[in-house]
Amino acid sequence: MSDDTSTATLSRKDFQSDQEIRWCPGCGDYSILAAVQLLLPDLGVKPENLVFVSGIGCAARFPYYMNVYGLHGIHGRAPAIATGVALARPDLDVWVIGGDGDMFSIGGNHLIHALRRNVNLTILMFNNQIYGLTKGQYSPTSEVGKVTKSSPFGSLDTPFNPISVTLGAEATFVARTHDLDRKHMVETFRRAHDHHGAAFVEVYQNCNVFNDGAFGAITNKEHRAEMLIELHDGEPIRFGADAELGVALNRFGECEIVTVADVGVDRLLVHDEHRGDPTLAFALSRLADRPTMPTPIGVFRDVARPTYEGEVQRQLVGAADRQGPGDLEALVGSGATWTVD
Amino acid sequence: MSSLPHSARVQAFQGDDPMMGLARQGPSGRVGTRGGDGGSGPTDGDEQRGRVSPKTDHLEPEALEDVVIRFAGDSGDGMQLVGDRFTDVSAAFGNDLATMPNFPAEIRAPAGTIAGVSSFQVHISDHDIVTPGDMPSVLVAMNPAALHANIAELEPGGTLLVNSDAFDERNLHKVGYQASPLEDGSLVAYRVIQVPMTSITLEAAKPLGVKPREAERSKNFFALGLLSWMYTRPIDPTVAWIEERFAKRETVLAANLAAFKAGYHFGETAELMENSYEVAPARLEPGRYRNITGNLALAYGLVAASQQSRLPLLYASYPITPASDILHELSKHKNFGVRTLQAEDEIAAIGVAIGAAFTGQLGVTATSGPGVDLKSEGMGLAISLELPLLIVDVQRGGPSTGLPTKTEQADLLLAMYGRHGEAPLPIVAARSPSHCFDAAFEAARIAIKYRTPVILLTDGYVANGAEPWLLPDVTALADISVPFASEPNHDGEFWPYLRDPETLARPWAIPGTPGLMHRIGGIEKEDGTGNVNYDPANHEHMVHVRAEKIARIARELPDVAVDDPDGASLLVLGWGSTWGAIQQGARQAREQGTNVATAHLMHLNPFPSNLGEVLARYERVLIPEMNLGQLSRLVRAEFLVDARTLSKVQGVPFRASEVEAAIEEMSR
Ligand code: SF4
Repeated sequence: MSDDTSTATLSRKDFQSDQEIRWCPGCGDYSILAAVQLLLPDLGVKPENLVFVSGIGCAARFPYYMNVYGLHGIHGRAPAIATGVALARPDLDVWVIGGDGDMFSIGGNHLIHALRRNVNLTILMFNNQIYGLTKGQYSPTSEVGKVTKSSPFGSLDTPFNPISVTLGAEATFVARTHDLDRKHMVETFRRAHDHHGAAFVEVYQNCNVFNDGAFGAITNKEHRAEMLIELHDGEPIRFGADAELGVALNRFGECEIVTVADVGVDRLLVHDEHRGDPTLAFALSRLADRPTMPTPIGVFRDVARPTYEGEVQRQLVGAADRQGPGDLEALVGSGATWTVD
Repeated sequence: MSSLPHSARVQAFQGDDPMMGLARQGPSGRVGTRGGDGGSGPTDGDEQRGRVSPKTDHLEPEALEDVVIRFAGDSGDGMQLVGDRFTDVSAAFGNDLATMPNFPAEIRAPAGTIAGVSSFQVHISDHDIVTPGDMPSVLVAMNPAALHANIAELEPGGTLLVNSDAFDERNLHKVGYQASPLEDGSLVAYRVIQVPMTSITLEAAKPLGVKPREAERSKNFFALGLLSWMYTRPIDPTVAWIEERFAKRETVLAANLAAFKAGYHFGETAELMENSYEVAPARLEPGRYRNITGNLALAYGLVAASQQSRLPLLYASYPITPASDILHELSKHKNFGVRTLQAEDEIAAIGVAIGAAFTGQLGVTATSGPGVDLKSEGMGLAISLELPLLIVDVQRGGPSTGLPTKTEQADLLLAMYGRHGEAPLPIVAARSPSHCFDAAFEAARIAIKYRTPVILLTDGYVANGAEPWLLPDVTALADISVPFASEPNHDGEFWPYLRDPETLARPWAIPGTPGLMHRIGGIEKEDGTGNVNYDPANHEHMVHVRAEKIARIARELPDVAVDDPDGASLLVLGWGSTWGAIQQGARQAREQGTNVATAHLMHLNPFPSNLGEVLARYERVLIPEMNLGQLSRLVRAEFLVDARTLSKVQGVPFRASEVEAAIEEMSR
């Protein structure tokens, strides 16, 4: 890197490190990495101000391949470490990369707390519904009955729906995309990055070694029109090759798939990313409980709330205004003192 | 106060009622050279029971060298509050002092039970002292449970001041007393003073219109007032303090004030004893002093380290006894640029601190033993990342939840070895409440200079205990700043693990610095480039380099000082909070003519360079520790010295007399 820190001339190459990429050939991680590296030159952020933090897992190797500041942490702890980075230095542009095991199993607690605090982080969770790095055990997002090395008779654990969990954790930005649609990824990541606060993106990612085709039923080109429900703010939610299908609320307030011709356009749910109440976003997240049914992608929720580090900063400034800058001598000598001659 | 609402009672009190159980004995506390009849020690209490001196003018207060007072009551009785207050007044008065709070783990155990007893011991003196005293010479017992739990430790001949109102059948029954100890002769060894504190407090508050239930809660201030009279503490500062502290609760303020004054006047009027006592100001080193607890001093030390390193302090922790007060304190000092985060768990707390360290700040987390267990993986990461980080362990009794509010020193080996892999890190320990300031500063200095996590060990005893602190000259504190990397360091490239040849510290290049972008992680890396590397020879090299970096810190550590006035053959070696008991124990042994040397370690890893040579000079080595011999093991392994352990694991600190006895025993 030269010392020239203008961002206008940056290209994808400027964000690629010299490290050999060690993901399995054909892994979905490659296309996610490419999407991020394509997007970054566009964001106007200097490479030295970018920090990528990760935990452990295949996805967590991501920072090594980026020519920015990177911290490959410990399993599950990336959201906590990134919280420290962002809190200490609100001037930095902090990204968190991890998989479903990293963020929803061992690090579930850190993820939900980073979200509720609304730390200014762009969090990409690569969901491949399997443990890849440890060679194929069921994950917290694997479907019930999944046969793996650690579940020869089928797994018994009900999976998490990452969108539902994060909405429940008071996230201010929640979105979903998938590794086969670079344009959708780039646009979703851009929205997440531009969101001021914690932004959570679930990326359906194919692990072609241990869980190949997990999302094929919805993400393969030939199925997309019928199986992916693209969310667009302010528009009635429609999908299908001829937009013949739509999403409407039933009398319980739950989302259901309808044929537009049967119900009329007026009954369709109009997507509103900015609703303060997450109820409708949650209802949308429940449309599909496994990636074999029509599944919404795009931005579920994008609402404004003060960031954690911004509020901390505000308290620091307020305290300095009220009390003046810290005076160590006065501090140690505070309270009752006496003098011995 | 012009009239004493309890005057009627005082009259009755002076009658010949044997129930008053007033056995006059010698003064409680050590008699000074400037007065006093010197009559101390147990006398036949029975004979004197009920005898009250005729009303005479009060004599001059009698001078004592020192006195140890323990306030004991139910955890809802406010014993810590009045103990603190008595301490602060004594500190401002100029006494040397040391305190030892002792409270139950339950916030409110059932009232009146042994489990709910809370106590506060304070040792005030006219000379330099180092411990809160072995056994109190004055015990204030607010109820039968407090009496039951503490009486065994009251010095024979000591003064027992009881709230007689609380000795009803129900309360007695709760702690298994068949008969009232105030009546069954079991307390003959003590000077028992019974005062109906609850009823006098209620009467004092009655004219103020305070509801009895509320007024009853002020009885701790009655006890404080009485003690303030007995030990001639100035009352104005306490009156002012009550007025400020309870300014927002008018009736509570009024009741507390009335109770405090009633207690004071009661002492004056009631002829409980011939005279009051006075403990003159101590002849301490000249300078400005304040009273300070270990946790507070530690928080100040962190602020000082932040300022002297020019690194903003980011403190992340999860609430845990007995470390939480550090978080409470630091969260007040935002105008110093201190950021505090109350994390979702212990693991997050250290993760946040590591993140801050990566960006060029002073990342600190504090906890107690159970939290250290959880932070192990974070410490391992910081060792691998080679970033500055400070982990404070305010030790408490273990294992598991153990004794959350009681002290212990059993985490030394955890600090030393409690991580997977070869994961060495420096360990610093504080020896007294005020020393926590220096220890925190030193631990931060090492972390910053060597880019390593450092564990700072304190314990519940130094954390909550208090002593006068000669205020440091903050302008004279060392500059502990280090430069951040700003340039490529290897042929136009930046290598994050290219080390300083002297300290072996790696460069600290912080995000935001152009041209120095790099990736670090917990995977083994190649020395120099920092690239992921699984090569066997490289791993072996890195294991050795990480160990050598810590070992080299010893080069700049001061030699361990040995106090050996008479050329002893026995050395008492200590670390951490046993310092006071060891010093006092050695003083007492020397007074008995026994030669003994002492040395105390602040640095536990690495040890000071001269430690091996010091140990070799002595025939015998004794190590008192509040564990089963953890420093002994380290010393034996490192120096092949036959160190003997004096162990105590009761959740309370050593008494000086216990150390003294062990010294005598080993000197025979
Ligand atoms: S194991 Fe699966 S997720 Fe991991 S790198 Fe290989 S393909 Fe990708």
